[in-house]
Amino acid sequence: MDKKLKFKNGIRDGLPIGLGYLSVSFAFGVQASILGVPFYMSLFISMTNLTSAGQLAGLTVIASLGTILEIILTQLIINSRYFLMSLTLSQKLDDSFTLGKRFFFSAFITDEIFAVSSSKPHLINKKYFFGLVILPYCGWSLGTLLGALAGSSLPLELTNALGIALYAMFVAIIIPPTLSVKGVLPAVILGAGFSSSLYYIPLFKGLPDGFIYIISAILSSLITAYFFPVPISEKEQDGGEK
Amino acid sequence: MLLMIIAMAGVTYIIRMLPLVFFTKKIRSRYILSVLFYIPYAVLSAMTFPFIFYSTGSIYTALIGTAVAVILALFKRSLLTVAVCACLSVYLCGFIPF
Repeated sequence: MDKKLKFKNGIRDGLPIGLGYLSVSFAFGVQASILGVPFYMSLFISMTNLTSAGQLAGLTVIASLGTILEIILTQLIINSRYFLMSLTLSQKLDDSFTLGKRFFFSAFITDEIFAVSSSKPHLINKKYFFGLVILPYCGWSLGTLLGALAGSSLPLELTNALGIALYAMFVAIIIPPTLSVKGVLPAVILGAGFSSSLYYIPLFKGLPDGFIYIISAILSSLITAYFFPVPISEKEQDGGEK
Repeated sequence: MLLMIIAMAGVTYIIRMLPLVFFTKKIRSRYILSVLFYIPYAVLSAMTFPFIFYSTGSIYTALIGTAVAVILALFKRSLLTVAVCACLSVYLCGFIPF
């Protein structure tokens, strides 16, 4: 019980994500304002969606005056990775997550929040999770607002530079465990390999990015899991802890 | 536009909510647990490569930014440090005429 994660542990883990989101969503806000989206709409998008890749894709559809069906399909494909993450996370939550809490907290599952919470060795409780999501949510909303207000007045060099922020954050999540956790390196290499193949091979030209993510991720994990199964004893310990 | 945003948010929420709300049983299969363990790394890696190379409007600055991010990540720097330094290197290299 001593090892139990508290609210403040969540805040501490959420702070770097929140600051990262502040810069990334700033880039989103700038992009949205360049495309002519009013700042309050950009803020509304970020507060209701809380997803980088999905919002960027949604923005493209909105800007190109696409249909509702188009935007639904785009989100379904790009964000279907959350289905897998949410499924994984459903195995990590302890009994403090009642049905209502599950409904509520599921809105806050992002790539980074998922990566942090799933990397915890034990089950996580609602206090920790609440602490974890609060700063990223505020950072994401605030950054969007600031970016949307700063808007197109920013020089091109700066908006170009902000474009890499999100990807750099992904790199910071996936690289360190490749050094210490067996199986992560092949999972990362296969993920990148399949993704690049689908992107560059002319046969698959026109495949939406969302499909590329999903196909690559599933193939990579299926193969990696076959060759590097995770130690089962640790998982059972988790189950028996409560 | 409002309707589009609501549709977007609705779909995204449902995707996240369904497994978390309806899948409360513990999975016992070692293989499935392993697959779920590797999913986040595989997804993020697939989302990053090769797309990071086209994120800055110039493949040269993007390559430099990627190198900076990877090197700092290998030294286990925080998310924030990695993101800010990558952006900074792209920004500074943006002034070099390639």
